[in-house]
Amino acid sequence: MSTPEHLRYTKEHEWLTVAENGVATVGITAYAATALGDVVYVQLPETGAAVTAGEPCGELESTKSVSDLYAPVSGEVTEVNQEVVDDPALVNSAPFADGWLFRVRVDAAGEPDDLMSAAEYTAFTSE
Amino acid sequence: MTDPAPRTTALDAVHRALGATLTDFAGWSMPLRYGSERAEHTAVREAAGLFDLSHMGELTVMGAEAGAFLDHALVGRLGTLAVGRARYTMICDAAGGILDDLIVYRLADDTFLVVANAANTPTVLDALRARLGGPAPAGGAFDAEVRDDRDAYALIAVQGPASPAVLGRLTDADLAGLKYYAGLPGTVAGRPALIARTGYTGEDGFELFCAPADAEALWHALTEAGREDGLVPCGLACRDTLRLEAGMPLYGNELSTSTTPFDAGLGRVVKFDKPGDFVGRDALAAAAERAEAEAPRVLVGLTGRGRRVPRAGYPVVDASGTPIGLVTSGAPSPTLGRPIAMAYVDPASAAPGTEGVAVDIRGAHEPHDVVALPFYRRQK
Repeated sequence: MSTPEHLRYTKEHEWLTVAENGVATVGITAYAATALGDVVYVQLPETGAAVTAGEPCGELESTKSVSDLYAPVSGEVTEVNQEVVDDPALVNSAPFADGWLFRVRVDAAGEPDDLMSAAEYTAFTSE
Repeated sequence: MTDPAPRTTALDAVHRALGATLTDFAGWSMPLRYGSERAEHTAVREAAGLFDLSHMGELTVMGAEAGAFLDHALVGRLGTLAVGRARYTMICDAAGGILDDLIVYRLADDTFLVVANAANTPTVLDALRARLGGPAPAGGAFDAEVRDDRDAYALIAVQGPASPAVLGRLTDADLAGLKYYAGLPGTVAGRPALIARTGYTGEDGFELFCAPADAEALWHALTEAGREDGLVPCGLACRDTLRLEAGMPLYGNELSTSTTPFDAGLGRVVKFDKPGDFVGRDALAAAAERAEAEAPRVLVGLTGRGRRVPRAGYPVVDASGTPIGLVTSGAPSPTLGRPIAMAYVDPASAAPGTEGVAVDIRGAHEPHDVVALPFYRRQK
């Protein structure tokens, strides 16, 4: 299962990448998407909302279950992926690309220091 | 104490080779899905799906008084079942609570195959054996025995509109003459199997009881024979959405020891007009009267207007937010494109079209429509 090298990962199976302008793009991993099964509904935080690292900020609904979506970083939501709201199957088909979920301007406190590298995340999910 | 390792079916290596996501189900390692459960669901509605159901529990009941014994032990009338036919029935406790729902096949005058849910098979086996003690028509114990045949069978289901064509390529059995809820011994791909026209998907289809040693050969033959029709392997995830769309109850969700068949809207399976006494008769007669006079709650269908999905255990509420029921099963329906659920609700809110019904989905009251079951009925 793919785990792109250039991303960082949380124990809650989100991935993120922070651009030079300090805006992080967030999604869930292929591992999580596979475990959930077909995602049929996503509830994302609203643009402008403040999210807190490690706190729930949305939901992912699949055939069999519903899971909280956690914010991997603290900050203000600058954009949500309307395409994935309209077509939640993108989370399964392209979790690291078109299936991204939302963007956050990472606040002054910066990123939490427990984010994992691809290698660390791969080890974490194979435990 | 740790849980014992889950049991595997005769098809375990096949599932792993197909890349199935496996799940622990009632002590068995079973395929949840092979790829997308929605694609598997759609394949069963439009073409055909192949299921490993070897976790189901097979018990053989045989003997000169096997029919009379089942009339005593179960709520249905099995003694008059024709050889080669099958019946949906239940086994209840003395208080009328449902111990399990069952399919019973009559294989011969003196031989029945009882198929129980995996998790309940030990309970059913114990109850049947205890009930052999009588009273038989002539008094005392029944001239019958109950054999645990769980290890004697693998169970493979082919479900969907293309299933007669797929199976027809592999068997000389008269499938056209095989009615719904009938089963006969035959051969499939040269292997002996009980071929039954039963299933749990709301589609036409077959369930094949075979020797575990033949299961892999049968699975591969069916896969090959079904290729041109779009047959795909299917896991338990889509089995659940298929059965929910078809309005079929699931033990542990809609059925339990604290419900009687009448509470579940399935009172028709209880046959009071059969000879001899049967376990639960008095309690079930009282439950029938209660259901007639003033049902405590009624099993209904709900369809969601939004996209959030009701789950088992979520409260159903009325327009004022007062709890009026409980969801027992819920899922996004691939066929309807909306969330669907079964729920027990107060009789006052049970009529299709009742206004103001909502499901409390994690604090939000999401509007739902009360509808008649099933959600989906196949075109015949």
